[in-house]
Formats: sequence, C-alpha cells, structure tokens
Amino acid sequence: MNFDLNAMLRRHGLVLAFLVFLVGVALNTDAFLTPGNILDVLRQVSITGMMALGVTFVVLTGRLDLSVGSMLTLLTVIVVDQHNISGPFPAIVMTLIAGLAIGAFNGLLIGFVRLNALIVTLAMLSFLQGLVLFYSGGSNVNVQNAQSTWFAVFGRGNFLGIPVPVILFLLGAVVAGLVLQFTTFGRRVYGVGGNETASIFSGIDARWTVFWTYVISGFTTAIAAVIMGSRVMGAQNTIGQGYELTVLAGVILGGTSMLGGSGSIWRTVIGISMLGFIQNGLLLLGFPYYVQWLVTWAVIIIAVWIDLGAKRGRIFA
Amino acid sequence: MTDMVSTQKKNVVHHVVSWLLRNHIWVFLALTMAVFSFASPYFLTLNNIGNILTQGAFIGILAIGMTMVMIDGEIDLSVGAILALASALAIGLQDHMGTWPAVFLGLMSGAALGFVNGSLVALSGMHSFIVTLGGLIGIRGIVFVYTGENALMVQDFSYTEIPEIYIGPLSLTAMLFFALALFFQWVLTSTRHGRETYAVGDNIEAAHDAGINVKRHKIINFTICGTMAAVCGILLSMRLGTAEPNAGKIWELWTIIAVVLGGIRLTGGFGSMWMTIGGVLTLAVLRNGLRLLNTPNYVELMVMGAVLVLALSLDKLLNHQEDGR
Amino acid sequence: MSDMVLEVRGITKTFPGVKALDNVSFDIRAGEVHALVGENGAGKSTLMKVLAGLHRADGGEIIYQGQPTEVSGPLDARKKGILLIHQELSLAPELSAAENIYLGAWPTNRFGVLKKRELRRNAKSALEALNCGFGPDVRVGTLSVAMQQMVEIARAEAFSANVVIFDEPTASLTDNEKTQLFHTIRGLKERGVGIVYISHKMDEIFDITDRITVLRDGQVQGTVETAESDLNQITRMMIGRTLDAYFVKAEANFGEEVLRVDGLGKQGLFKDVSFTVREGEVLGLYGLVGAGRSEVVETVFGVRKADSGRLFWKGGEIKLPSPRESIDMGMALVPESRKEQGLVLMMGGRENTSLPHLSLFSDVSVMNRTKELAVFEKYRSALSIKTTGPDQALSQLSGGNQQKFVLAKWLCADPKLIILDEPTRGIDVGSKSAIHELIADLAHQGLAVIVISSEMPEVLGVSHRVLAMSEGAVVAEFEGDAMTEENLIDAVSHHRKGIAAE
Repeated sequence: MNFDLNAMLRRHGLVLAFLVFLVGVALNTDAFLTPGNILDVLRQVSITGMMALGVTFVVLTGRLDLSVGSMLTLLTVIVVDQHNISGPFPAIVMTLIAGLAIGAFNGLLIGFVRLNALIVTLAMLSFLQGLVLFYSGGSNVNVQNAQSTWFAVFGRGNFLGIPVPVILFLLGAVVAGLVLQFTTFGRRVYGVGGNETASIFSGIDARWTVFWTYVISGFTTAIAAVIMGSRVMGAQNTIGQGYELTVLAGVILGGTSMLGGSGSIWRTVIGISMLGFIQNGLLLLGFPYYVQWLVTWAVIIIAVWIDLGAKRGRIFA
Repeated sequence: MTDMVSTQKKNVVHHVVSWLLRNHIWVFLALTMAVFSFASPYFLTLNNIGNILTQGAFIGILAIGMTMVMIDGEIDLSVGAILALASALAIGLQDHMGTWPAVFLGLMSGAALGFVNGSLVALSGMHSFIVTLGGLIGIRGIVFVYTGENALMVQDFSYTEIPEIYIGPLSLTAMLFFALALFFQWVLTSTRHGRETYAVGDNIEAAHDAGINVKRHKIINFTICGTMAAVCGILLSMRLGTAEPNAGKIWELWTIIAVVLGGIRLTGGFGSMWMTIGGVLTLAVLRNGLRLLNTPNYVELMVMGAVLVLALSLDKLLNHQEDGR
Repeated sequence: MSDMVLEVRGITKTFPGVKALDNVSFDIRAGEVHALVGENGAGKSTLMKVLAGLHRADGGEIIYQGQPTEVSGPLDARKKGILLIHQELSLAPELSAAENIYLGAWPTNRFGVLKKRELRRNAKSALEALNCGFGPDVRVGTLSVAMQQMVEIARAEAFSANVVIFDEPTASLTDNEKTQLFHTIRGLKERGVGIVYISHKMDEIFDITDRITVLRDGQVQGTVETAESDLNQITRMMIGRTLDAYFVKAEANFGEEVLRVDGLGKQGLFKDVSFTVREGEVLGLYGLVGAGRSEVVETVFGVRKADSGRLFWKGGEIKLPSPRESIDMGMALVPESRKEQGLVLMMGGRENTSLPHLSLFSDVSVMNRTKELAVFEKYRSALSIKTTGPDQALSQLSGGNQQKFVLAKWLCADPKLIILDEPTRGIDVGSKSAIHELIADLAHQGLAVIVISSEMPEVLGVSHRVLAMSEGAVVAEFEGDAMTEENLIDAVSHHRKGIAAE
C-alpha cells in the first residue's frame, strides 16, 4: 500500500500537485473552473502550446531549439505583411514554407554538420531578429482589412463555442502525439534521443531524424505565427521575444527530459497548460501579474527535482 | 649556434601558432578592426575606441562570470535578470538608506541569487540550463513586482557621476572590466579554486576522485557569476540613472555569444579570460563598426548570428571537436 | 622472504546476480611485480577497484603495512600510498603535468593561492625520477597517451606510493612505449614499490612479473612464481573446466558462401583483412583486446568507413554498405558494448526488438503493435527472458537478459548472417550456455555466424573455423584438429614477438 502510494506519487506527483492547486483556486474564486475561463486559458496557451509541440520533438532527441521565439516574430510579420500584399491564402502558404525552410536550415547545421544545437539556434535567434528588422524596415505591420478578412478565424474565431486556436492546438497535439507514439518516425526520435549510438547500430540515420525534428519545430512555429497574426491582426518587431523560454519551460515542466529519449506530447500539453492555469489562477486570486513568474520558477525547480529524485531514488544528487 | 637560433625561432613560431590556434578570436578581432579602420576614418580614433571599450564592458563583466561557470561545464541563463534586480535595488533602496548601502545590497542580491542557482544545481543534480532558465523567469518576476512595473529614477543625480572617471579614453566601467578580467584570469591560473575549475570541467570523475569538493566548487562559481551580474547591473544603473524592469533582457544570450565567440566550449574544461576578452571586444567592435558604417541595425544581428556559427565551425575544424549535441 | 606491503584476506563482493569476488586472498610484497590474470569477468577489475577504494567489499579484510585498513575512497587510497593507474586515465587535459600529478592536492598558502614554484619543483623531481623527457609545465592534453600515463605514474613518486596497480597499461601503447613503460616499472620495483599488474597479454606477463595470481569466476585458482611457470600452466588455470565448458558445436553442413571480405583496410586500425563465411558455418574470430576484431566487423556492417577493400554478398560484389543497407540485406551485428551500442536502455523489450526493422513492424509507417507484441512474446519464451512485460525498461534487467534482447532484436528479422561480438561478456553462466546453444542452433538452421571472442575456449568450442587476429591483421586460420589453444596462443604471440623484433 505504502509502495503503491510512492509509485503513484513518482509517476503522477506533479499532476496531483497541480490538481490540488486547481481545487484550491476553485474554492477561493467563483470564476476559475467555469467553461468560459477554461477556454480562455486554453486560448492563451494555444500559441506557446503549438510551438511546444514541435519543440518537444527536438528536445526528445536530446537537443534544443532556442530560435522559435525569433522565428515566431519573423513569421508573424511575414503572414501579416503578405496578407496585405497578396491575400490570406498565399500569406499562409508562404509562412508555412518559410517556417519549414528555417527549420530545415537549423536541421542541416545540427543534424548533418553536427554543430552544437544550443549555439546554432542561439545564432539563429539573433539572425532571425535581424531578418525581422530587415523585412519590416523597423516598423510594425498591421492587417489593413482586419474587419472583413476570413484570416481572422484562426485567432479570433469560434467553432461550436470553442475558440479556433484551441481547436488547432488540440488537433495539433493529437496529430503530434499520434506521430510520436505510433509511427516509425516517432520511434526513431525516441531511439536517437535514448541512445544515439545504439540507434545508428540499428540502422537508423540519426542525421535525418534530427533534421526532421527541426523541420517540425519550424512548421509548428509557422502555425503558431498564423494564429498570432490572426489574433493580433498585426505584428510588432518584438512580438515573439522570450517565447522560446516560455515554450521550453512548458516542455520541461511536463517532464520531458532535456537529455532526450523520455517525454511525450501529452506531457507537454499538461506542462504548457499548467503554466497557463497557474498564471490565470494567480490573477483570479488577486496576485500582481508578475507573481506568476516567480511561481513558475518554483514550479519548474520543484517539478524537475521531484522527477529527477524519483528516478535516482534519493532527493539529493 | 645558428642551429640553436633557428630552433629557438621555431619554438617561438610554434608557440605563437599554438597560442593563436587556441585564441583564434584575436586574429579575427585584428581582421575586423583592420576592415573597419579602412571603412571608416573615425573608427580608430581614441574617442571611438573608448566608446567601444565602455560599451563592451557591460557584456564583458557578465561574460567574466559566465566564463567561470562555463569552464565548469555549466551555464547561467539568469544573469540578465540578476542584473536587472541589482540595478533596481541599487536605485530603489537609495531613498531609504543612502547610496552606498543600497549599492552594497544590490551586490549582495546578485551574490545571493548566484548562490541559490549554484546550490540548486549542486544539490538537485539538475542541469544548470533548467535551473537558471527557471531563475531567468522567476527573478525577472521579482524585478517587476519590486519596481511595480515602472522604471525607477534616481533622485540624487550625483549617482550618475560616479562612473564618470576617465584615464585617457578608458572609462571607469571599462577599467573595472579589465581589472576584473585580469583578476579572474589570475584566479584561474594561480589559485586552487581556479585549477579546480578546469579539473571539474575537464574530468569530473577524476576531480571527485582527487578529493575536490565538486558541489561546493560549483556553488562558488555560480556565486561569482551572480555577483558579476550585479556589478554590471549597478554600473548600468549609474550610467542610465534609471532602473528599467526590462534592463538586461536577452543579455544572457549576448553574453553567451561573446564567450563562445572567444572560443570557450559549452562542454567545459577549456578556456581563459583572454579568450573571453577577445570575444567581448570582437562583439563590441562588430557592433560599433557596423553602426559607424551606418548600416541598419538588422545587419548587426544577422552578422552576429553568422559569425557565431562560423566561429563554432572553425573551432570544430581546428580542434576536431566531436560535439554532436 | 621480503616483507608484505599489502595483503588481502577473504574478500567477497557480490553484485546483483553475480558473485564477482568469492573469498579472494592474495598478497603483494615490496619490490615485486605481481600479475593478476584471468578471463573477462573473472573478477580482476573488481578486485582492483576494491583495493583502490572505488568499490567496498562485502566481506574480508585488507591488511596494509601490517595493519587492517579500511580504504574509504580513491583519495584515501592515494593518500595511504595505494595508487591505481586505470585504463581510462584520470587526468584533466587542460592542466599542466605538475598540476595533474598533484590533482586536488596542490600546495597552497592559506588563501588558496598555489605555491607554483614548490608545485613545479616537486613535480619536476617526480618526473625526473621517472626519466619522462618532458617538463612539469607541459599541458597534459598535448601529450601522447604513453606520456599521459607517465604523468599518472609520477603520482606514485609524488605521493611515495607503496602499491601501484596497473590496469591493462599497454592497451594503447606502441612497442617502443611499452619498453619504456617496463623500464619505469622496473625502476619503481627497485625502489621497493609493490606492483599489481593486470593484463590479458601473456608475453608481457612473463616478461615483467615475479608472481602470477590467476582468478577465475571470482575465485583465486592459485599463485605461482613466474619463473617456475609457463604459458600452458597459466592458460589451463585460467580456463579450467567450468560448468559452461560443455560447448555444443553445430554439425558441419555448409552451404553457399554468404560473405566474402577481400583486403579490407583502415589506416591505423587494421590492414588487408580477408575472410569468407558460408551458410551453416560458425566462423570464430579470436584476438586479444585491441587486435582490431570489432573494428573489422563494424566496418563490414557499415558503422565505420574503410580505406580499401571489397565486399561480396552471396557471390556478388557490393559497395561498402550503410548499416541500413546491411540490415536490409540480412546482416545482423550484436555489438561489443550492450549498453552503449546494443540497446536503448530506457525503452522496453518490445521497442528495442523492433528498432532495427521498423519497416517490417509497420504498415505505411504506422507501427503495428500487435506484430511487435507477438514477436516480443515469441522471443521472450524462446530465449526464456525474464522481464515483467513488454514495456519494462531494459535498464532494470540483468546483463544476461539484456543480451538476450540484443539477440532477439537481430534474430526476429531472419538474418542470413549474424555477427556476434563478445556475446557472453559480463553475463552469468546460465545465460552463457543458453547463448552457446543458440549459436549452434542458428548454424544448424543455415545461418552464417561470425563469433568474436577473447575467451579461447568459447571461440574454439562454438566455431567450425577460427581466424586469429593480432595488431590489426589476420595472422592465422585453423580448422578441424588444428583448432587448439596452443596453436591459437602460438599464432597470436609469435606475431606479436615478430613485430617487436622488427
């Protein structure tokens, strides 16, 4: 019995703590666990969530993608600007292609040239920020016919009472989860992350596997940019700044290991939603906005520490 | 006799070549400076050099702490946030307790947060990337809560005159950067703690087997890194006379860029303050030179990205580093 | 006789599932070189780690300089004067030779500032005592492996060690460097240091040591004076006749040639390697650690690149394949290191089994779980693997059960050729004989099998034909009655002597 409780806490301790938090907030506020509020939170996390789906693939191979924040900015600027120039449909297609291309470039340098992922994506962060300013000439862009374009549906629309970005996020999560759990590609990702050498000895081409995870990361960021552009109906030059860290925080909070090979999409969905609900709950409880950042800090440390401690069987290293 | 001279010459050449292979950033720095001095007559003026040094010193001071942590094989992403908190405390507390106690408390906040980072890394066994990523978010949160989301203004304007001390073109900030860099270079080469840093980053098992207290050691280096961030934040608050809650945002990234550009490896065990100074100056020269040439600021960002990847590829090529991740 | 420096009495050490040391006793005299020999898994390295404080013994005692002693850790051992020189060197490449010699024990003033002059002077005299030929200031990362080893040995001088334990010290040394090392060891010996010398290489052992203690299955088989012994005696003591010595050899019934390797070479690793293997045949590849056996088969499989050579698969020439192409042709490689190359330990048996053949276990890129489970269950019962379920992480299994999953993952796709690199290393006796039976069974089914082993009885017991490798070259081939231990030892050691004489 005692052992069962232990095992249970190890596996689901984080989720349990989160549920306790939810109940705690719900008892103290009326608005928290209402469908309206829940959908609100989900809408807020849909952009970071969408990006986190792709980043999860990258992290599962034991690598990092710090370029997604700048990429989000660039792609949002592109989608908004192109919307004005050539209409919504070409704008979306172009954005998706640009996302795939940037991801492919990351993948090339990291997968094939085998450069350090942290530095390559850091360099890309800087480079893309420059590209944003180059593209926009330093000024903000806005959708000109914001009231009449069907482009608005991605960020602002509702379908059967559920916000479209939430539907997109959840749909994306289901697809990504299915790909990871049930396809040969997903298996290769876990293999390379778990033991790259053994995977190569098993005939898996680690270079291509890593390459594709970055392409996926670029693609989900492109979708996030479409949602962002549609929601804001414009783009500032700093719109995605710092997003790479929030996304990574969500992935880590979910319990996906930075060393690769262990983690999953549903964990990322949990992690990124937790961030959203914590933020929302603290606001409803009347805490100043930035207190949520402090709490995020504590939650990340505690969550990862518990996870690590459970794996090695003792708390301290 | 001639033989001896020629072997000596060979030795000297050999030494120079091997030093340059390890510190290739200085070659790059020289090249960059040559290019800019041809491109702009203003570049090589004393005044401009002074500007470069002062501008570079802020990232430079952060880079000193980062270097210590990175030689250990760790990383600290929270320096930008620590900087902001120290600068906010140094200005915000002045009204209550006077200038110098406030500055001291600002410094202590940096040391304390560095200590917290280091302790969490050492005690939990978590990767420092995660610990300090959390710190980056959380400490920035503290800054916003403390400042009430507004920029704090200094009341006593003599505060902004403190760093206005110059020796020739060298500002106090620049002098402090060089003094600290040289001091920590001495620490790295000539003290027990410094040599432990390499041993821990190089071969942690061997270091542990040799009786080095790896945990305490890492905590010390994170504390140094936090303190350096606070020094940088306080100098920034003196220079600007205000403390922005967003001060130092993404400076941790610029710092890492400077250090890696210098040739220090994320895998640890390798590097020196000379490399860091080289990286910091190269970064500063690039930013300054590009501005002098009136290039739009996006060029700077794009060049930095390209140069970083180039530096990494070059290092891999020169030192046959197998570093898949 | 001369006085004992170190005496080990009745040391026992058990790891989960294996009794690594069973009531081991031996002693080291001052000024002698004492060899510790035995096959892989005999317990040599465990014993050495107990002495150096890296493992704690479950029972027994260590008498050091006449006193019962507890060695609490490697630093404690070093301070007491027991120094282990490990195969993987414990040096920091960025630090100087002097700093490495005194790693962690640098002379400092009370503010922690190094007394560089003192450090340099002490290190210099330690290095000079060994006649190293390099100074204390040189950065260790720029030294050759042999010179780095000298830095470690200099610790013996610096800490006035009474016991120095060498673990396979010549594994990556050239013959010249080896001569130099032996010179150094004799110097230590003259100064009254007791030396434990662990090696696989018999010629070295007869060259340098005074006494030999043989370990087998964690037990001491006996200690002999080197001068009064010979290779045959030692080999017999090492091999003995243990439970797993009943090898089953498949009936010789050979079919078509499956693989022919012609003149395969790679700079610095192996040269001009040629061999063939037929259906139903077990080809043994014998050689000491470092002879280039693993490198050859890894190149054939495609994990490594070759400089020269041709490959023929079922009679037709092919270009050197990638691992993927090898697998698709029907080649399988059970690699040397189970944990690093063989398995993804955080995955379960089901996922590991299907990993090399994802396309066979999927329909249009979607994994077919039913198929995976069926194959998992088939091999779980066929190889009697002990696991709680298809998704139990393999890191939780014993070495033997892990190795069975490595076999399962290669067997499930019906390969034409299976290469087994040290298939029984580090696993218990029961699993060993199961694997030996399996090899015979596979050959009986018509597979071509290549078995690499540094355990002579194993290679002779399971193979129809044996190639002896040494220093990256195939030096002899034995078949039928010529397959004897004596012939193999002769072939390998003659070749080494030949090289040394050149």
